[in-house]
Amino acid sequence: MSEQTKHAEHEHHIVGPGVYVAILLALLLGTGLTVWASFLELGPWNPIIALAIATAKATLVVLFFMHVKYSTKLTKLTVVAGIFTFLILVSMTLADYISRAWGSW
Amino acid sequence: MPDNSAIVYDAQESASAANNANGANSAHLEHPSYLRHHFNSAEQQADTSNFAMWLFLLTEVMFFGGLFTAYLIYRNWYYPAFVAGSHQLNVIWGTLNTVVLIASSFTMAMGVWCAETRRRRGLILCLSLTFILGLCFLGIKTIEYHEKWEKHHVPGVHYSLQSFVDPDSDAAARAAGDKPLPLDMARHTEIYFSLYFAMTGMHALHMIIGIGILGFMIYRARAGAYTSGHVTFVENFGLYWHFVDIVWIYLFALLYLISRHQ
Amino acid sequence: MNNNNNTIVDLPDQATARIPQPNFMSKENGLLSWLLTGDHKRIAILYLISITFFFFIGGALAGLIRLELLTPQADLMATDTYNKVFTMHGIIMIFLFLVPSVPATLGNFLIPMMIGAKDLALPKVNLLSWYLYMAGGILALYAMMTGGVDTGWTFTTPLSTHYVNTNVITTGFAIFVAGFSSIFTGLNFIVTIHKMRAPGMTWFRLPLFVWAHYAASILMVLGTPVLAIAIVLVMLERAFGIGVFDPAKGGDPLLFQHLFWFYSHPAVYIMILPGMGVINEVISTFSRKRVFGYTAVAFSSVAIAVFGFFVWAHHMFIMGISNYAVLVFSLLTMLVAVPSAIKIFNWTFTLYKGSITFETPMLYAFGFMGLFTIGGMTGVFLGASGTDIHLTETYFIVAHFHFVMVGGMLMAFLAGIHFWWPKITGRMYPEKISQLAAVVTFIGFNLTFFPQFILGVLGMPRRYASYPPEFQVLNVFSTAGATILGVGYLLPVLYLIWSLKYGAIAGNNPWQATGLEWQTQSPPLTENFAVMPVMDHEAYDYEWLESQKAKEVASAG
Repeated sequence: MSEQTKHAEHEHHIVGPGVYVAILLALLLGTGLTVWASFLELGPWNPIIALAIATAKATLVVLFFMHVKYSTKLTKLTVVAGIFTFLILVSMTLADYISRAWGSW
Repeated sequence: MPDNSAIVYDAQESASAANNANGANSAHLEHPSYLRHHFNSAEQQADTSNFAMWLFLLTEVMFFGGLFTAYLIYRNWYYPAFVAGSHQLNVIWGTLNTVVLIASSFTMAMGVWCAETRRRRGLILCLSLTFILGLCFLGIKTIEYHEKWEKHHVPGVHYSLQSFVDPDSDAAARAAGDKPLPLDMARHTEIYFSLYFAMTGMHALHMIIGIGILGFMIYRARAGAYTSGHVTFVENFGLYWHFVDIVWIYLFALLYLISRHQ
Repeated sequence: MNNNNNTIVDLPDQATARIPQPNFMSKENGLLSWLLTGDHKRIAILYLISITFFFFIGGALAGLIRLELLTPQADLMATDTYNKVFTMHGIIMIFLFLVPSVPATLGNFLIPMMIGAKDLALPKVNLLSWYLYMAGGILALYAMMTGGVDTGWTFTTPLSTHYVNTNVITTGFAIFVAGFSSIFTGLNFIVTIHKMRAPGMTWFRLPLFVWAHYAASILMVLGTPVLAIAIVLVMLERAFGIGVFDPAKGGDPLLFQHLFWFYSHPAVYIMILPGMGVINEVISTFSRKRVFGYTAVAFSSVAIAVFGFFVWAHHMFIMGISNYAVLVFSLLTMLVAVPSAIKIFNWTFTLYKGSITFETPMLYAFGFMGLFTIGGMTGVFLGASGTDIHLTETYFIVAHFHFVMVGGMLMAFLAGIHFWWPKITGRMYPEKISQLAAVVTFIGFNLTFFPQFILGVLGMPRRYASYPPEFQVLNVFSTAGATILGVGYLLPVLYLIWSLKYGAIAGNNPWQATGLEWQTQSPPLTENFAVMPVMDHEAYDYEWLESQKAKEVASAG
């Protein structure tokens, strides 16, 4: 029986319901927070806060629901590589747009 | 000449044949029926397919990434149009959908736990809840899309600028306290809705595919396919489902919550 | 035994040699056993047949282009038709030939063998890749036959979205589907190389062919999806007028180009890296020397892949991007040339004091080194934004990319096909005619494309059916060269098919090469190895190979 559970676990321990419930609550809290914050007048900080909360929620999903916290280095590297390439696409494209008649439309 | 440390590929087959008399259990452990022949062990197979799913998710990140890039550029160029467009979306439906998806991620994660701990009925329950929540999401999306269609906010030949040049004629614009937009800025709202439909539409397509696979998994789970040690399919599908949830988390923040504070 | 100093070829005694049975080709018979196979080697052959088919269609279109350009007037075909011809030539050659060429044929066949595995990690996904490729290819041909597309392979907006009434959506969708073929191939390779290596096969014992494919696969997986979304947006813009690329609605046509080139620049590295992988193996084998600076070559492959993502806007210098963006992308382009050049130096140092022989694969490899260097250097001229303003959209660009892609990549592909032909089929091709074909190809290539550099500097624009009469002489040279080049490409098809029945039996290792694939029978078993190999020596270890032969002789005696 122990051999079979070891097979099932691979290298990482099985994440239990307690963790999942905690993350669920955190995500719901974050959702409420971001909706509330969008009704406040915070100038340029509104989009920054919205993205920050979204990123925090996404991080929780990645680390705990998707088990990345308990995964191999390869998995973590893969996630980072994806995010990095996405950021290259966005930032270098935006660099062209920012330096080109920004806002004069 | 032959290397002493060479391992014969067929060791597992011959071992299981030899052990058949002793105990099918140990043979099953060494060579489970789901082990594909080109893998050396079930662990290698599970590890490999997990990594493969992550790489597939990377392609999805880049695929949606193009849409997010377009969104970021146009939102900064045409901010007033994007604000007006965003006010046409119902923040209650959007928040509800976000809650629905987060809950479905929870039920999916619980489903993986059930598979890992061999709780067949728990797994079926969790998958079914995820399925239902997914359908709820699509249902709400249908209501929203229908409303957009009715108000002529779907890009194309029937697109109407009415709500933006004359906000008093539109309930949602009135509620948000929108001022009338100059004509050229009003035209740019069509880009907002193009991106809205492209991004949420692409997301919904991924949801539909996911729900289809969930249906298949529920059917297989009832036969005990995922609760006898072979959890890879459920695990990897879970990764896909969580990814689709993450996309929505960003879509919600970016599309629904632009400046609700007028 | 081989006593001839001019060649390293070592064939078994032809009187007694037989094609070993069973092998992966004879194991199962019938069409379905091929169409439903999971065997990476069979899938590789399916790809080989299909890409050859598409290559000759693309080649015929090239022939039409060169025929038209014999005279300064647009007299062979209407200008609209000419636009369709060069568009389809580009689309077929890039997406249906160059991108899958080495990875889908040689990569599929060899990577599992080179790492000591029984198959790729995901055999069914591999088969799916081929079906997606065929679906995309057939759809592209259908689009071509029912009206074609005339936007250029680059689909530049707003021409493609608002001003042409040709089959843009159909062709776009065809490329979308074929793109997923590429994505799944790359995904399969990355997973396989990480997870399926034999015991003892560490990363730095891998053949550099594998490193090259690993780097190309990263580009396939991360870059192609952006092309996919760019195509989707073009299709939506055309079908529904969503406005995302339409200036009248506030859209920016340049956004399409950013998304398109974000893939299409890495695409050129997707195309060339596997070719460089082949060259590593060929140069090492035919100099009897390990590749100089293994680590540098391995890391420079990955560096090309990473840096390749940072330079895409050098295709857009004159399109309206900001001067700041021009500066940054030009600078980064200079950087990306460095890892490519490093490889040329490494190969040169591999040749130095090596024991060089001139079998056909090596002839193609030499051709590659010279022509790719020229092509690469002209890329640097284009990366400098000042010169690019004059040279872009002229025949200089056409010459540049044909030098790297045809003089480079296609030569590498042919080198690889010849090098591994004995392993795949168990037969040798006839040496003299193949060497002749290589030389003919080299001569034909230079005559075709070198004049185009001059034409470009003189100012002849690309994608035009007519040109000022003073350019005619050079164009005539170019067309003459193209005819010779066509012969050079036709010959291999003929003698390779001939060799299937009449070629000499090759044996396990006719080139006396290192590498796990050469230590087993030709053609290989379906499961590649009867006994799982354990890697206990470094890559390109010719001393190990000598000691293996010594053991064989000792045990036979």
